[in-house]
Amino acid sequence: MQTLALSLLNGLVYGLLLFMLSSGLTLIYSMMGVLNFAHASFYMLGAYFAFEISRRIGFYPALIVSPLIVGTIGALVERYGLRRVHRYGHVAEILFTFGLTYLFTEIVQLIWGRQPVDYHVPASLDFPLFDLFAAQYPAYRVFMMAISVGMFALLYLLLKRTRTGLIIQAALTQPDMVGMLGHNVGRIFTFTFGLGCALAALAGVIGGNTLRTEPAMAHDFGPIAFVVIVLGGLGSISGAFIASLIVGMIQTFSVSFDAPLGSVLSGLGLDEKAIGFVGDLARISPAQVAPIVPYALLVLILLVRPRGLLGRREI
Amino acid sequence: MTQTLATEGPTQASPRRLSAVVARSSIWIVLLVVILILPQIFNSRFSLSLMSQMGISIIFALSYNLLLGQTGLLSFGQAALLGLGGFTAIHLMKAIDDGLGLPVGLLPLVGALAGGTAGVLLGWLATRRAGTAFAMITLGLGEMIAASSFLLVGFFGGEQGISADRTGGAAILGFDLGPQVEVYYLIAAWMLIAAGLMYGLSRTPLGRIAMAVADNPERVSFLCFDVPTIRWLMFIASGIFAGVAGGLQAINYEIMTTSAMNAAASGAVLIMVYIGGKDSFLGPVLGAILVTFLQFGLGSFTSAWILYMGIIFMAMVLFAPGGMAGLIEMHMPILTAGLAWGLVPIYAMLVLPSAALVFSTTLLIEISYHLAFDKQSGPVMNLFGLTIDTTSHLMWFAGVGLLLVGILSLTFVRAAVYGRWSSLLARAHERSLS
Repeated sequence: MQTLALSLLNGLVYGLLLFMLSSGLTLIYSMMGVLNFAHASFYMLGAYFAFEISRRIGFYPALIVSPLIVGTIGALVERYGLRRVHRYGHVAEILFTFGLTYLFTEIVQLIWGRQPVDYHVPASLDFPLFDLFAAQYPAYRVFMMAISVGMFALLYLLLKRTRTGLIIQAALTQPDMVGMLGHNVGRIFTFTFGLGCALAALAGVIGGNTLRTEPAMAHDFGPIAFVVIVLGGLGSISGAFIASLIVGMIQTFSVSFDAPLGSVLSGLGLDEKAIGFVGDLARISPAQVAPIVPYALLVLILLVRPRGLLGRREI
Repeated sequence: MTQTLATEGPTQASPRRLSAVVARSSIWIVLLVVILILPQIFNSRFSLSLMSQMGISIIFALSYNLLLGQTGLLSFGQAALLGLGGFTAIHLMKAIDDGLGLPVGLLPLVGALAGGTAGVLLGWLATRRAGTAFAMITLGLGEMIAASSFLLVGFFGGEQGISADRTGGAAILGFDLGPQVEVYYLIAAWMLIAAGLMYGLSRTPLGRIAMAVADNPERVSFLCFDVPTIRWLMFIASGIFAGVAGGLQAINYEIMTTSAMNAAASGAVLIMVYIGGKDSFLGPVLGAILVTFLQFGLGSFTSAWILYMGIIFMAMVLFAPGGMAGLIEMHMPILTAGLAWGLVPIYAMLVLPSAALVFSTTLLIEISYHLAFDKQSGPVMNLFGLTIDTTSHLMWFAGVGLLLVGILSLTFVRAAVYGRWSSLLARAHERSLS
């Protein structure tokens, strides 16, 4: 019971973090058709900037400043990089963001080294908030949840209740028409790209200290964000929300309910000590399968239901 | 596709055709001689392994370009095909060590079989969709296989991989593949076979229709071709040749680890092909040579090779989407028109700004890497034969200043270069018409 409750809460936190990363990605993809490989790099930059700022000024300023800086970098990348390669087609755009991941990872290593940096939870939030079946639940996790939910609410309000949001939504499906109506579509693209990067950076700020802040974090997290936006349906913020929670739960539960497949299979006459392929299969535990499941889901969704859960159009 | 245009001119009178055949085959003969002689000139252990790796990379890059350049499919999971071929080959190599009577030199065939089988299965999944969906499916499949390599320890060997001894088989004609130079020649032979076959494939109806699929899939399907099947067949072919590269990798290193099939390996081959140029047959070859040199040649001098590779890649994406081969092809009309001298003033204008750009970038990168990762060897480092004190601010000023000078002077001469280039090109067209 305790494991179940803890896993539910942790899955929720992880899922919300995923959502913060993927909401910007799904906006960018559906608006510009660009699969932004560098998105997780912006998440990484957010974490590193937050580490640097919280070391010098404090954690709470970092919460705002880091996403602002990264959002600006993202906007610049869109304006002076992506827009330039746009005329060479979608493949060139994907490759541009793909190349960026290499540059960002190398630059981060140059500045902060190859080892994980000591980016830790601020002392003011580093205490157990409540007890859950004899286990203490850290306050920071709850803070993460609050930030994520607050961000979701703000994003929702921005998109559904403001004029800017209205134009963004229109530009998601009909960019040419929006341009005809006299809106500066280029500026909308730049703004959305920057906004998406800032959201990714915010995820880095609040996630970098509970997970790890290291050069490999972009590569570890990036493909998962793709899984989320495909599962949720491209362009759908609500879909991304649901998909984030699903993927978050899957990953958390497969780690916490760790029993080798063999213990199940032994009832079927398979021996855990068996050698070779069968033995390997018998020794596999859900924790080991955990990294594979999201990708299997990705392939499955793309083949069976390309619209995803709540998407309106196929990829 | 430019490569179609280059070879499908109107048929000329037979003497000219004959001379063209001679000219074309003479290139192949020169190439063959170069490949044969190279290890005699560069016979150090290091350059032999470097050239062996180049051969493997060339096959791998060409196999990747069957998808990217020829069929228009952007794959992020190519290394899985190489890995499956390589692991199958190394298991067989172990069996040969234990007495199985099979020549080690034929292991790339086993790799081809495994890669082809993987191509049938993975390709069936991936090629139902094209474009971004294909890219994502291959990404997912590649990550799945790379992640499952830690589960199926029996086949993939877990962290330490699977190793075997390539000299375990019987010696053929006195060659037991012990010395690296013998492995080099084996790889060179397989490279020529594989490259020849892939070139041949691009001339078959399948290869041609695949190019059409890359250009306009909708029209191809209106011509009653089954587009997914064409993509699938090309994916299988790509898997076969990636498997050959995997088999050679198993022979060359006598070990296969899962790092051969992770996302970084898939990314590296994509970068190779793009830097070299995806629109011509020669492009991937050039890219494979350059990137392998960066990785293994430069990688032993500086840890910054990934950054260099990334910068070159980004420069190609931004400024030269045709890659190295595209840059060379740009010159062809001028060269064939006999206007090579006209290029001299253009190059003269470009040489100083580009040199400033390259030198300052290298200087800044090397100083940064020295400061970040090599502090224990003291503040002084060597670059291009210069002794540089990395702690002095002067170097930073010099580097940034030179970088600015390079950028500014390039923008300054850009219009003049462009003007001269287009007038030269116009003259070349005039000559070829008259």
